[in-house]
Amino acid sequence: MGTPEDRDVAPDDPALDYAALDGNAIGGLLIEVFGTEMTTATGICGSCGAVSQVAELAVYQPGLGTVVRCRSCDAVLMTFVRIHDVTCVDLQGLASLAE
Amino acid sequence: MSPISRGFHRKRQEAPAGRVPPGQYVTADFPVLSAGPTPHTPLSEWSFSIAGGREPRMWSWEQFRSLPSQTLTTDIHCVTRWSKLDTMWEGVSLDVLLGAVEYDAGYVLAFSDGGYTTNLPVADLLGGKAWVAFGYGGSPLGAEHGGPARLLVPHLYFWKSAKWVRGLRLTDTDMPGFWENYGYHMYGDPWKEQRYAGD
Amino acid sequence: MEGTAVRGRLTWQTATVGSVTDETPKVRTLVLEVPDWPGHRAGQHVDIRLTADDGYQAERAYSIASAPGEPLALTVERLDDGEVSPYLTEDVQPGDQLEVRGPIGGYFVWEPAFGGPLLLMAGGSGVVPLRSILRRRSSAGSAVPVRMLYSSRSLEDVIYRSELDGLRDAEVIHALTRSQPPGWTGYARRVDAQMLAEVAWPADSKPLAYVCGPTSFVEAVAAGLVGLGYPAVRVRTERFGATGQ
Repeated sequence: MGTPEDRDVAPDDPALDYAALDGNAIGGLLIEVFGTEMTTATGICGSCGAVSQVAELAVYQPGLGTVVRCRSCDAVLMTFVRIHDVTCVDLQGLASLAE
Repeated sequence: MSPISRGFHRKRQEAPAGRVPPGQYVTADFPVLSAGPTPHTPLSEWSFSIAGGREPRMWSWEQFRSLPSQTLTTDIHCVTRWSKLDTMWEGVSLDVLLGAVEYDAGYVLAFSDGGYTTNLPVADLLGGKAWVAFGYGGSPLGAEHGGPARLLVPHLYFWKSAKWVRGLRLTDTDMPGFWENYGYHMYGDPWKEQRYAGD
Repeated sequence: MEGTAVRGRLTWQTATVGSVTDETPKVRTLVLEVPDWPGHRAGQHVDIRLTADDGYQAERAYSIASAPGEPLALTVERLDDGEVSPYLTEDVQPGDQLEVRGPIGGYFVWEPAFGGPLLLMAGGSGVVPLRSILRRRSSAGSAVPVRMLYSSRSLEDVIYRSELDGLRDAEVIHALTRSQPPGWTGYARRVDAQMLAEVAWPADSKPLAYVCGPTSFVEAVAAGLVGLGYPAVRVRTERFGATGQ
């Protein structure tokens, strides 16, 4: 699939604006964190109430961590940061997350 | 124990000895790394503000661009281990911006469009060490790299150089910003390899 | 072997490269031998981890190119400033080892029981999981109608070209966006609303669409299909990042 670090640098062209991946790209990370397949889980945004399958959420991976955002309002729903084999998981942006 | 993948190695490029902090490799690219979508604030709505001093201070884009500015060439170092040498910038020194404010706080929390924050000591913004940069490589700073303006603090890891910066909040104590909250170092000196809290 | 399938937690397994096949100048398929491979569903992916001799590790996700039941195969496109893809497409040799974790994914998958008609929309290397779907359909003897629109820079960049040309009961329509061979009468531009209208199954046939490729491709195509009346739940998307065509 190719994660962001592994792609061509985008020139400054709005048509090629850096854009997010989706929840499919972090399927493995989610199984690591939750112990089960999560891309078909349903998340509800705590900011705007949008309902979405995790696979369809916007995923940003700037190298320091993984930020998962609502596609409707861009609010941060989940953040995962792995430092020295410990993964910090922040789910505060979600109103709910259910399989 | 993971098996070694024969012949695999991290990307690397030769750099003059002592030029690059420990654990970094030199790249000719300028990777676009963002924690969120690129904002597109119209310049007519853009402002840079400093809050928490005796009185709040704000500059519109026109006012900001009328301030004295400088060009500089510097190296930048990302905590994800890439360093880019001899990058050319143009910006307004924080000496000019903070010089317009009366304050006695020791720290700032820089904040950006889209909600990103990062914390720095005021001392690391003064003395010709930091800018609000609006130009890169001789052209206006592109949106993907933080334009119209970003913080530029090259002596610290580049996550401190907040893209799409909109202002500073002066604080009496050092308050962790977005990545610092999750375990990244509060200060971030690349020459001491201060990547994570406790380093 | 009984008891080797552990639901839930994934573990890294050692994989040995069995064979490598160059598909195009920038794209290579690797067949991996994984002793306890549990099998996979069409459309799933794996995470790959490489370890350098100084201990440095890099992880990437790659879609599975093979159909369920076939040996695990991945198709990788070399990205010029990549760290992992140049290694996998140029340096890796049969016998080399890497680690694999998977299969992963429950959303971007297709089974014959899901029905159709199927619309597969591929942007560049986004064709990889869709080829797994096509092979699954063939090996199951499924009669679900399928049509693929596959956007590539040029004919030389079309992956699995002879396999796709050889499909007897599936229609593959190519769009070549940057250069075309002499005499090309097919689409010679990026996918747009007009092209979608000409290619997509009509919405009232209740199609199921799978869209995979660079983010910009996926967003444009998914929006276009919804604009043609496809319910959003019938348009499955998988984004590979912003690498444009």
